[in-house]
Amino acid sequence: MIAYAIRRLLVSIPVLIVSSFLVFAMIANSGDPLEALRVTNPPTPPETIALEAKRLYLDLPWYERYWVWLTNIVQGDFGPSVNAREDINAEIWSRMWVTLRLVLLAMLVALILAILVGVTSAVKQYSKLDYTATFFGFLFLATPSFWLAILLKELGIFANQADGDPESRIFFTYGERSVFLEDPTAWNQAVDVAGHMILPTISLSLITFASWSRFQRASMLEVLSSDYIRLARAKGLRWRKVLTRHGLRTALIPLTTISALDFAGILGGAVITETIFGWHGMGQYLIDSIRTRDVYALMAWLLLAGAIVIIVNLIADLLYGVLDPRIRHE
Amino acid sequence: MSETKERPGMGEIKERTQFQIVRTRFLRHRLAVGSLIAFGLIVLIAYGGAALWKYSHTDITPDNSQPPSLAHPFGTDSIGHDGLAQVLRGMQQSIKIALLVALIATGVGTAWGAVAGYFGRHVDNLLMRLADLVIILPAIAVAAAMAAVGGGSWWSIALIIGSLASASVSRVIRGVVLSLREQDFIEAAKALGASDLRIITRHLVPNALGPLIVNATILVAVGILAETALSFLGFGVRTPDISLGLLINQAEGAVNTRPWLFYFPGVFIILIALTINFIGDGLRDAFDPRQTRMRR
Repeated sequence: MIAYAIRRLLVSIPVLIVSSFLVFAMIANSGDPLEALRVTNPPTPPETIALEAKRLYLDLPWYERYWVWLTNIVQGDFGPSVNAREDINAEIWSRMWVTLRLVLLAMLVALILAILVGVTSAVKQYSKLDYTATFFGFLFLATPSFWLAILLKELGIFANQADGDPESRIFFTYGERSVFLEDPTAWNQAVDVAGHMILPTISLSLITFASWSRFQRASMLEVLSSDYIRLARAKGLRWRKVLTRHGLRTALIPLTTISALDFAGILGGAVITETIFGWHGMGQYLIDSIRTRDVYALMAWLLLAGAIVIIVNLIADLLYGVLDPRIRHE
Repeated sequence: MSETKERPGMGEIKERTQFQIVRTRFLRHRLAVGSLIAFGLIVLIAYGGAALWKYSHTDITPDNSQPPSLAHPFGTDSIGHDGLAQVLRGMQQSIKIALLVALIATGVGTAWGAVAGYFGRHVDNLLMRLADLVIILPAIAVAAAMAAVGGGSWWSIALIIGSLASASVSRVIRGVVLSLREQDFIEAAKALGASDLRIITRHLVPNALGPLIVNATILVAVGILAETALSFLGFGVRTPDISLGLLINQAEGAVNTRPWLFYFPGVFIILIALTINFIGDGLRDAFDPRQTRMRR
């Protein structure tokens, strides 16, 4: 299994290299990252611009620049940022943690919700509960994530003001943590971070859970009508045990695939959610780096995102083996 | 399968084409038919309503920041634009982009998936690795980066979203083609000397039409959600043009003071995506009744 995992990771390296080359070629030829410097008033001295161009390797043709970038990456260096005061390496790793904790928690919440709702819907097919779940599934599937996030944010602000005291606060609606904490012990910091995560997690997981619960319902229905479930029942096994041990275990396999495949989408959803809740995470970094034509920062972002998606998909593949003993990875 | 007894007493049998069967099944799906009518109405209102309504989306009226009233059913913004005229224009642009996204993604994705699935081996390997390139990256990030380079016009945004979405379409179509390829009628066509192009266009694609049409329908909803999200972030449709996502972006700062500017565009995005999804669901049931268990 470890050999399989290593082989899979090695195979994905060329995929990352090719996609990084394509993105680099596109962005590097898209415009001048130093444009902001050139249009200042009073004008920036030409020496400064030349130095900046040298610092960003803009004096080299773009394919040579890509080669320099690639050799830097191998050494763990993401290259220079357009913003000279900023270090991409330091910036992106801290932001990645901020974003990953949102994405992973939202994914976990969405998975639990999807399994609970999907399985209940399937077991009680055509009941009131099934119809309600179906209705909300379709509704959230059609709701734009940014609209839902703004709505939740406004609801949070409304709840905070409901008691008439502007000082009291139930929900945090801005930032990933408080800028100033009166008593910054580790516990208080953790509580503060958790409080900031509530609304973004809800908005991200509601959107994600919608399609997954539909999916889980369908796969559970399929399993429930299969012969081995009937056999388990005929042998006199308790219904609850049939559902959890025999039915659910098999019915989880499709959801594992889908949730791993959707991971890139959730990461994209986090970009939007973070923008609305004013988080200093990877979302803001992505948008800033696109706006300032910060090629190396954008490349670092996409490379990390791609690597995370590949790892998540690998974990899902390994999970099949656990869920379904027929699948063995050599 | 394609024949049914029309009048059992007379013993007369009327043949029905697959299209007729699918149509009958679809028409029985009440929610899908209702959604189709609702979507048609939305398109009609977006285009017809905008032509009839007294304000155009560029008009600046003397009433600014007005809540909904008879003169301005959707209120006005802080400059004095009529909310209804703006939402109608936003709907036009968003629907137009979403439909083009579905068209591009289906066209490109079908060719991509059919070629990969039919030829197999190295071609398949190469084309599917290419699809992997697109699928491992968050689409919205790549779309935003591409739109910053070549975006701006409504069709370029549709082109960007459509080409990114075609990668996942290609996977679906490849799967269908892989299972069709081994069947006897393909072998028969080959034995009769049909060319690869003919087999793909005349035998494989028509047989994959069901999943193709269902996918294309769902892609309209995907397209509208993607476009509005991109426009919301500032990389999609840009001012002075209007999209439903851009309207929400502009309303974000003042949801409390001018809530009507935030709610109306959002409700229309939901309505469009919801009706499209229901239509897609009805079509799926109509094309593949195996997936519905015992309709009551």
